Amino acid sequence: MSTSARNADTADFHYEQLDQSIGELDLEGDIMVPGAASSVAAAADDLSDPDTLDEPVLATVVRDLRAVGVKFRHVFYPRRNPALLRDWDLWGPLLLCITLAALLRRDGSDDGGGGGDAHFAEVFVVIWLGAVVVTLNSKLIGGAISFLQSVCVLGYCLLPLTIAAVVCQLVLLLGSSESVGLFATRVIVVAAAFAWSTFASTAFVADSQPPRRKVLACYPIFLFYFVVGWLILSHAR
Amino acid sequence: MISIIYPWFRKANDSAVVDLENGEDLSDYEVNFGESGSAHQFSQDKQKSQFSQGEPENAQTHFRENVTAFMWQTGKQQAEKAWSLYGNIDILRPYFDVEPFEVRDRLLHSLIPKRPREGPMTTPGELYGPLMVVFSLIALLLYGMKSSGHTVQDGTLMGTAFAVCFGYWLGGGCFAYFIAYLSNTRMSLLQMLSMMGYALFGHCIVTFLGTVLHTDAHLLFYVLWGVLGGLSALKMVVVLVSRTSGGRQRLIVCACVAALHLLFLLYLHFAYHQIVEELEGLGNHPLMPAREAIPSLPEAVNDAHIKSLDVNQD
Repeated sequence: MSTSARNADTADFHYEQLDQSIGELDLEGDIMVPGAASSVAAAADDLSDPDTLDEPVLATVVRDLRAVGVKFRHVFYPRRNPALLRDWDLWGPLLLCITLAALLRRDGSDDGGGGGDAHFAEVFVVIWLGAVVVTLNSKLIGGAISFLQSVCVLGYCLLPLTIAAVVCQLVLLLGSSESVGLFATRVIVVAAAFAWSTFASTAFVADSQPPRRKVLACYPIFLFYFVVGWLILSHAR
Repeated sequence: MISIIYPWFRKANDSAVVDLENGEDLSDYEVNFGESGSAHQFSQDKQKSQFSQGEPENAQTHFRENVTAFMWQTGKQQAEKAWSLYGNIDILRPYFDVEPFEVRDRLLHSLIPKRPREGPMTTPGELYGPLMVVFSLIALLLYGMKSSGHTVQDGTLMGTAFAVCFGYWLGGGCFAYFIAYLSNTRMSLLQMLSMMGYALFGHCIVTFLGTVLHTDAHLLFYVLWGVLGGLSALKMVVVLVSRTSGGRQRLIVCACVAALHLLFLLYLHFAYHQIVEELEGLGNHPLMPAREAIPSLPEAVNDAHIKSLDVNQD
């Protein structure tokens, strides 16, 4: 009897071990906003905090948007700040990616007349696949950054290029025909945004790389933003 | 129903004697891929079924639950085993173990053929440098395609560039390795891919200069093709000769690799780069998309001549 009771206990314990092993993934961090008591309480619990479940949807959305806004500010003023890596999330990259893809998309009705403008799906796939490739490379070099943290940083650092895409669209709307001056303006804006994005992302990621191999990790980031900048510049509509 | 499967239970019970003793030990609950895990589970089930023999309905429910749990556990173990074998990127980690100065040196030396010496020449086997060179070539190709107004009917510029560059590096590399294997060359697939990847550095330089310098493009291109393409091809030939024995085998493998290398550069230039002078002559800005498609090499040259004739007549 005692053996069966003990076996029953260990059998239950076995299932709990399974659940815990599922939870031991490589992801760390929460969407935390400094000063928000409910999120601090959520960080303390392993299970979902019932307080945030019962709150109105507007409160959740505002809290998450505030977290995204805080990270945008980090990208505008890039310093060696571990906050972007610690409190990673993928809302910001998703918003920026959708915005970019919507700005750069080509209408399906124009067959061959677009001169190589990208479809929505192409921009989306390029950005996410590029982020995956850059992240894999930085991990293989020996970086101490997790997969989704790196995707988060690369996505957030698309902000300058998204702003450049918006500016380019305005420039194209203002000018009825593409003159050399307008084109030069677009080149300058996109080049500046590209430099800013590269500098911001290397500032965040470089610390997690081995000291002698920072260049090896930064070059693919440079190529990634170069291709995104090329996509923006080649959009001539 | 239990009696049919009972012999199976009994067989599991033979090895379960030891497992029952280890049942107290927590380490037995770590993921184990062998029989002992499942046998232990079944030994517990047999214990439960023995104690509940007086209640057949409960036994059936227990049996059903335990089979479900066993299926889930086995499936999870199999999936974890497969993931740890194939999904582990650490398999590739040794091939990315390079320092920046090594990459720089290998890039520069890909254009400097060494004098042939006795014995096989050392060939690096790493993937970071070649992968970055291929990505750089893709980026330069995209820039060049845009500046020359290349359009693709069914597909995208990005997809074309990726397919062409990776197709040459991986497909051409595998083909060259196959020829080298037939010719008894002492070179692994990784070394072949690495060598051909680094040799694309010359292609990157030629593509970049060809796009940026809008001069009499064909003559400049032929000079660059001969000099840079020839140097990198010569470097590969020297390495292959040092690792192959027999005159005929050397000839076959060197001719194959050099031909692939040089013809690829020709293809890159003529398929994706139009004479920019003609575009400028037609009033198009070099970086603005042209409205015509460029299907293939001979047609592109013919179209260019026809267009210039039309402009002259108008």
